[in-house]
Amino acid sequence: MIEQAPILILIFPFLTAIFVALVGSQVKSASWLLTVASLGASVCATLTTLVQVLEQGTIRYYVGGWAPPFGIELRIDGLNALVAVTVSVVALLGAIYSEGRVESETPKKSSQYYALYLLLSAGLLGIVITGDAFNLYVLLEIAALTSYALLAMGNKRATLAAFKYLIMGTIGASFYLLGVGYLYIKTGSLNMIDIQEQLVANGLQDSSTVQVSFIMITVGLWVKMAFFPLHAWLPNSYAFGPTTSSCIMAPLVTKVMIYVMVRMVLTVFGPVYAFEVLEWGNIVVWLAVIAILAGSIGALAQKDLRKMLTFLIIAEVGYMVGGVWLADETGMTGAIYHIISDAFMTLCVFLFAGIVFAKTGARDIYAVEGLFKKMPLTMIGFLVGAFSLIGIPPTAGFFSKWYLIQGGINSGNWEYVIALLISSLVNAVLFFRIIEIAYFGKNPAEGHDHHLHGDDHSGISEAPITQLVPLLGTAAIILLIGIFNKDLVAVIQNFLEPFNLVAGIR
Amino acid sequence: MEALETLADKFNYWVYIVIMMIGLYAMVSKNNLIKKLIGMSIFQTAIILFYVSIGYKDGATIPILYHDQVHGAHHAEEGDHSDEAVHHDEEHAVEAIAKDATHHEEGHGTQDLHETSHQDITQVDAHMMHNESDHAFEAGHGGLNIDPDQFENPLVHVLMLTAIVVGVATLGVGLAITQKIYGEFGTIEENEIIEQLRTGND
Repeated sequence: MIEQAPILILIFPFLTAIFVALVGSQVKSASWLLTVASLGASVCATLTTLVQVLEQGTIRYYVGGWAPPFGIELRIDGLNALVAVTVSVVALLGAIYSEGRVESETPKKSSQYYALYLLLSAGLLGIVITGDAFNLYVLLEIAALTSYALLAMGNKRATLAAFKYLIMGTIGASFYLLGVGYLYIKTGSLNMIDIQEQLVANGLQDSSTVQVSFIMITVGLWVKMAFFPLHAWLPNSYAFGPTTSSCIMAPLVTKVMIYVMVRMVLTVFGPVYAFEVLEWGNIVVWLAVIAILAGSIGALAQKDLRKMLTFLIIAEVGYMVGGVWLADETGMTGAIYHIISDAFMTLCVFLFAGIVFAKTGARDIYAVEGLFKKMPLTMIGFLVGAFSLIGIPPTAGFFSKWYLIQGGINSGNWEYVIALLISSLVNAVLFFRIIEIAYFGKNPAEGHDHHLHGDDHSGISEAPITQLVPLLGTAAIILLIGIFNKDLVAVIQNFLEPFNLVAGIR
Repeated sequence: MEALETLADKFNYWVYIVIMMIGLYAMVSKNNLIKKLIGMSIFQTAIILFYVSIGYKDGATIPILYHDQVHGAHHAEEGDHSDEAVHHDEEHAVEAIAKDATHHEEGHGTQDLHETSHQDITQVDAHMMHNESDHAFEAGHGGLNIDPDQFENPLVHVLMLTAIVVGVATLGVGLAITQKIYGEFGTIEENEIIEQLRTGND
């Protein structure tokens, strides 16, 4: 059973998705229970895999017993074991939150919603653990198609945004597919490790075909992760989709794409190729700087709580892309660490936005007025997420930013360091504004035309337990990731060691 | 002259780029959502053309094995496959004709070719299943008498079957979303929708 754990990560959500689609419309309460149960099983499988990886190193699981390079391989090392645990835990917490909210936001569609939700989780988990470049494309499309449908369940604007996302997402995935095609021409293989071996063995470093393939794969992934100039699809679709959908998509989709980029850079093309042969590292870091600043400025301009948070995602994507292309070991550690911590802190603030929307029915940031008195536990959860996004110790966000900034200093990319600091300040402004409104009520300078939310409902009225548990759970995980940062960094650096990033690249 | 030669040499690749750009143009600049989806379909089709071109070899045929290519390997394991081997001899004559026909590129042999090919697939399968090792493919490959240059690369075709399914699914989701947009806005022209969002209450 234990040696089958890698495939079980996928099998639980995949099979349950079919089952939920069949049974869910008949037995209403079954969908949620099945979803939570199967994702819980998936979490167990990812944790087992993580323990196995920590004990005995990289796991290579041959699907159907066919050995690579002919068969499909699930290849799990320190990096994707961590990301897989993150993805499955976030999916589980998001699923717990969905109870009740799905019925009220997308009435009569709950069984479809849960089936799509499970397929999305399975797709994302598959992207993380697969070791086959074409298999990754198929899973990419499974994740993408389900997210289009999940977002289009929202209001008018979300439907239009989902259409835009479909067009952009297809272009991104197609570019990835073309890149894989060019790689296949040169190496004759689709297995990631085999591609790397062929590239090295045949001395294909100078081949222009491989260059084209690298650029196409990277640009395709940038579209998918909403890297700044290619981000147009993200804000509206995440802000106006159902809150339940954005609770799984906002934390996971962009982060999983960044994981794929790290995988392509390190495992498939190799850091020497990515950072030395193609000399565009500095340009990409500058693009990341622009992305960070643009995301922060965009967030400042928003009055809508969830839309503000979506612009923060764009800034965070800039953090991680920049961190990867610093070509420094500390920066890379920071980027991978940030994938994990950012998934949880984005989940935390999006859960908060969802709870506020459920409670007040309002979307703008003034909806939080007086919430410290009414929903103290919810606000505590939110504070942890907000402090993590600002970067206050001992939350996870502080430590991942610390490594990113140190990486920037090591490689001499001061513009990146400055952009990170500015963005942290902007986050502080954004979140302390919300905390101020929630604690002291509305700013007196704003005038009296807002009707008061807080005064007419006195006393505590907390969110339901299914919404509170995921929020506080996420907050606890953020603190744990922060407190145990040394162990986490040890795992990441153990993974990075063979790539020898220290040895003066750039 | 040299430029012309590269053009002719990589004709498929030039065509795929042109088709892809047509699709991209439609996706970016068309106002009608359905036209955008048509552009998307064209875009994806171009990629299929690209992949299929990768697998092409001059003078190669479909990757299905003929009788005498399998025969040598069968001889070694005759004990296991005795009844199949008998079956085999019956087919031999038909096959020789079929093979001859394809090699001279004459039309009338195709029917027979079809039948025999079918038989051979099952036999190759049986042969491969008997190979207990992990490297069934490689071992089978080594035992058979095959010149890889004679066959097109089947892998890219299999990949594209998957990509076609993905493309159809994407188109389906796209059309469904378009229908929902039409239900909510009463139009599928992008500028009218944006106008409605700007002026109206959402």
